[in-house]
Amino acid sequence: MLPATVAAGVALLPVVYLLVRTAEAGWPTVAGILLRDRTPALVARSLLLAVAVTASTVVIGVALAWLTTRTDLPGRRAWAVVAALPLAVPSFVAAYTWVSVLPQVSGFSGTWLVLTFSTYPYVFLPVAAALRSTDPALEEVARSLGRTAARTSLAVTARLARPAATAGALLVALYALSDFGTPSLMRYDVFTRVIHTSYTASFDRTPAAVLSLVLVALTVAITVGETRSRGRAEYARIGSGAARTAHAIRLGRATPVALAGVALVAAVSLGYPTAVLAYWVSQGRSAGVDWAELGPAGLSTTWVALLGAAAATALAVPVGILAARHPDRGGRLLEHLTFAGHAVPGIVVALALVFFGVRYAQPVYQRTPLLVLAYAVLFMPAVVGSVRAAVSQSPRRLEEVARSLGRTPAGVLRDVTLRLALPGVAAGFALVTLTVMKELPATLLLRPTGMDTLATRLWTETGVGAYAAAAPYAVVLVLLAAVPTVLLTRVQAHPDQTGAVEAAAPTALQEVGT
Amino acid sequence: MSRLEVRDLHKSFGSTAVLRGMDLDVPSGALAALLGRSGCGKTTLLRVVAGFEQADAGEVRIGGRTVVSGRTGVPPERRRVSIVPQEGALFPHLTVAQNVAFGLPGRARAAARRRRERVRDLLALVGLADIGDRMPSQLSGGQQQRVAVARALAPEPDVVLLDEPFSALDAALRGALREDVRAALKATGATGVLVTHDQEEALSIADLVAVVRDGVVVQAAEPARLYREPADLETAQFVGEAVLLPAAVEGGVARTPVGTLKLLRGDHVMSGRGQVAVRPEQFHMVRPGRGVVATVDAVTFHGHDATVQLSVPGGTDDPVRVLCRTQGPLPDVGAQVSLLVAGPVSFFAAAGAS
Repeated sequence: MLPATVAAGVALLPVVYLLVRTAEAGWPTVAGILLRDRTPALVARSLLLAVAVTASTVVIGVALAWLTTRTDLPGRRAWAVVAALPLAVPSFVAAYTWVSVLPQVSGFSGTWLVLTFSTYPYVFLPVAAALRSTDPALEEVARSLGRTAARTSLAVTARLARPAATAGALLVALYALSDFGTPSLMRYDVFTRVIHTSYTASFDRTPAAVLSLVLVALTVAITVGETRSRGRAEYARIGSGAARTAHAIRLGRATPVALAGVALVAAVSLGYPTAVLAYWVSQGRSAGVDWAELGPAGLSTTWVALLGAAAATALAVPVGILAARHPDRGGRLLEHLTFAGHAVPGIVVALALVFFGVRYAQPVYQRTPLLVLAYAVLFMPAVVGSVRAAVSQSPRRLEEVARSLGRTPAGVLRDVTLRLALPGVAAGFALVTLTVMKELPATLLLRPTGMDTLATRLWTETGVGAYAAAAPYAVVLVLLAAVPTVLLTRVQAHPDQTGAVEAAAPTALQEVGT
Repeated sequence: MSRLEVRDLHKSFGSTAVLRGMDLDVPSGALAALLGRSGCGKTTLLRVVAGFEQADAGEVRIGGRTVVSGRTGVPPERRRVSIVPQEGALFPHLTVAQNVAFGLPGRARAAARRRRERVRDLLALVGLADIGDRMPSQLSGGQQQRVAVARALAPEPDVVLLDEPFSALDAALRGALREDVRAALKATGATGVLVTHDQEEALSIADLVAVVRDGVVVQAAEPARLYREPADLETAQFVGEAVLLPAAVEGGVARTPVGTLKLLRGDHVMSGRGQVAVRPEQFHMVRPGRGVVATVDAVTFHGHDATVQLSVPGGTDDPVRVLCRTQGPLPDVGAQVSLLVAGPVSFFAAAGAS
């Protein structure tokens, strides 16, 4: 309880800063900012973008998950790996590949396109994990009750995959609302871009703080909505009966159509960015790659990413366990508080911590700890979701048995609950490492003096139109981020290695996206 | 010693009272069966004894140690009570051997050999000698239950609780497993409590059967005695098939449509009207001239025996239907036979009569 409260406190730090800022400004000023006619339009644009991106990622993510886990799609294991790989392409790198070659792709459609194909793995991965590990007996029962294969998938599979899909959709919606790089490059005025503009354009940071609070209100509303839809269903299956693999559904004549769809998604999300990057790299060859700067930037990116992921995981584990085991008011409230921290755009978290650092933590200001703290605030929810899903999947009966065999509550936590949640926690850790590597706005503002990460170098070069010079950083960033992505998909593709764990926790042990 | 005593245990969930003054006394080393329909409170009793649920009032003692007293209780890990859940609930991340060793003390290297030996002995005891390296998901349902039993016995608990451990298995497997589990329990000397809704299971393996209804133990007795002398009509019907006949008791015997029958506990029965419960195997078809005449309505052949449905003229009333279990030659439907009742029967006074 105490560690979870600390975690929630850390997550709330930026919001508290925003409230302090706003309170200092006084109500008339705040009302003035809220009532400006561009504020409602801003809300509408941001919501439109979030809804559109979420809808398209759910369609793509669920379809790909179903095709690669439950059908006889040729090469489905390979496709499952490919479908997760866009996680390794930072959305602003993808945006850069479009802007640098096809400048006409911009505004709403450009932002929607880039965000959809960058973030659908957040839906795909947890849904695929859920589909892969649900008990086929449920589907078999539905079949035996007279449902066709297709209707079974709709009725039973969709039901079982729903918690994973909604959790993934929540992440996508939050991502779409708080992404800064893509709308900035696409010149689409959503909250993050306007907040950034008003931060940099004037010394008065009050408008940015007020707008950020509106944005936080939106994301809190979305999070609450997701929890409502999650409902009371607990998918923990008592017992350890061997979970069998489901029979694949024959696609038959639909196979070419399915293959074409899967290939199209891969082409847009991976093929196109890769081709453009290759083009810019070959263009920049003559200029030569500055290895002396590339090496240290890659190392420091990896280092801060691992630190950030470790901090986020350490803070998230108690919250996740609490949310899973005590889904009452207290547990949910704490979980939601940590989500609110995630929903604050990176740039706001960064500036909040600048403020905090200058006033209260001068020794770590512009040093690694403060940056790691920012990462922890930003990415804790990703791990909280994994932990919650993994823990609620492990049957309570196992914990009771462990108690009766002489384990103390702490021993049960260590030897059973956490041990069973480990794949989920590890998946969350990997996901956060990956995400931290791609993080831009907080890194820009909080990086230690003299330290460059790949993302900041890429940003600097792109900012001055040096697309060819930016390309090597983008490539290394993609390669680095690909490592955890591939590890993640390997765990996904070989459930037999964790078969024993899945036997007791079939639905979402590896619910990685949440 | 590890006698289990439950005294006046109460437990409610919200406004629903599940245990309403439960009493149970299981002698050390005995295997007791808690028999009842689903929702009667038997599983809740098990969970309170294990320490997973907190009682509202009452007391539980194990070998003289008080583990539950009112709302307070010893934590589960210090009760020396282990449990075999319905579906085994093996730890999916541990091998069979690691599962069995889970409750064994000692992490030191010196203890490792002793632990290995103990695990081997326990697995042999439940008839699974060479599967220590397998994962639970590689086992059949019956094997998983055997491992769960070995795991429960490993820390040498005072009491082993078995929560319908055989209900998910098929009948053939169940019989053999029951016998082996009983033998394993006896070999270790642990006191056992088995929850079941299967009367045949309860009667065949337990030393003591406690019939649970509406949160209380209505009768606890040895299986044979429970079967012969059920405490009330409902119990009589629950623990086996019973033919209920109207009866008038006078002078220690019951007058019924099938003749005058001897009574169990005849001395205690007052005169009056009510019903007697006769087990189908107490009816015997005999040569004409003795007993009462009955007409054969239907014959159902089971292989090892057969049940014959008969009707006996009920005087002025409708004919009385009785069920007779027989291993002898089968009569034709419609034939007239003579019926005798062997052994004493139980009498239950009609409500309101004395």
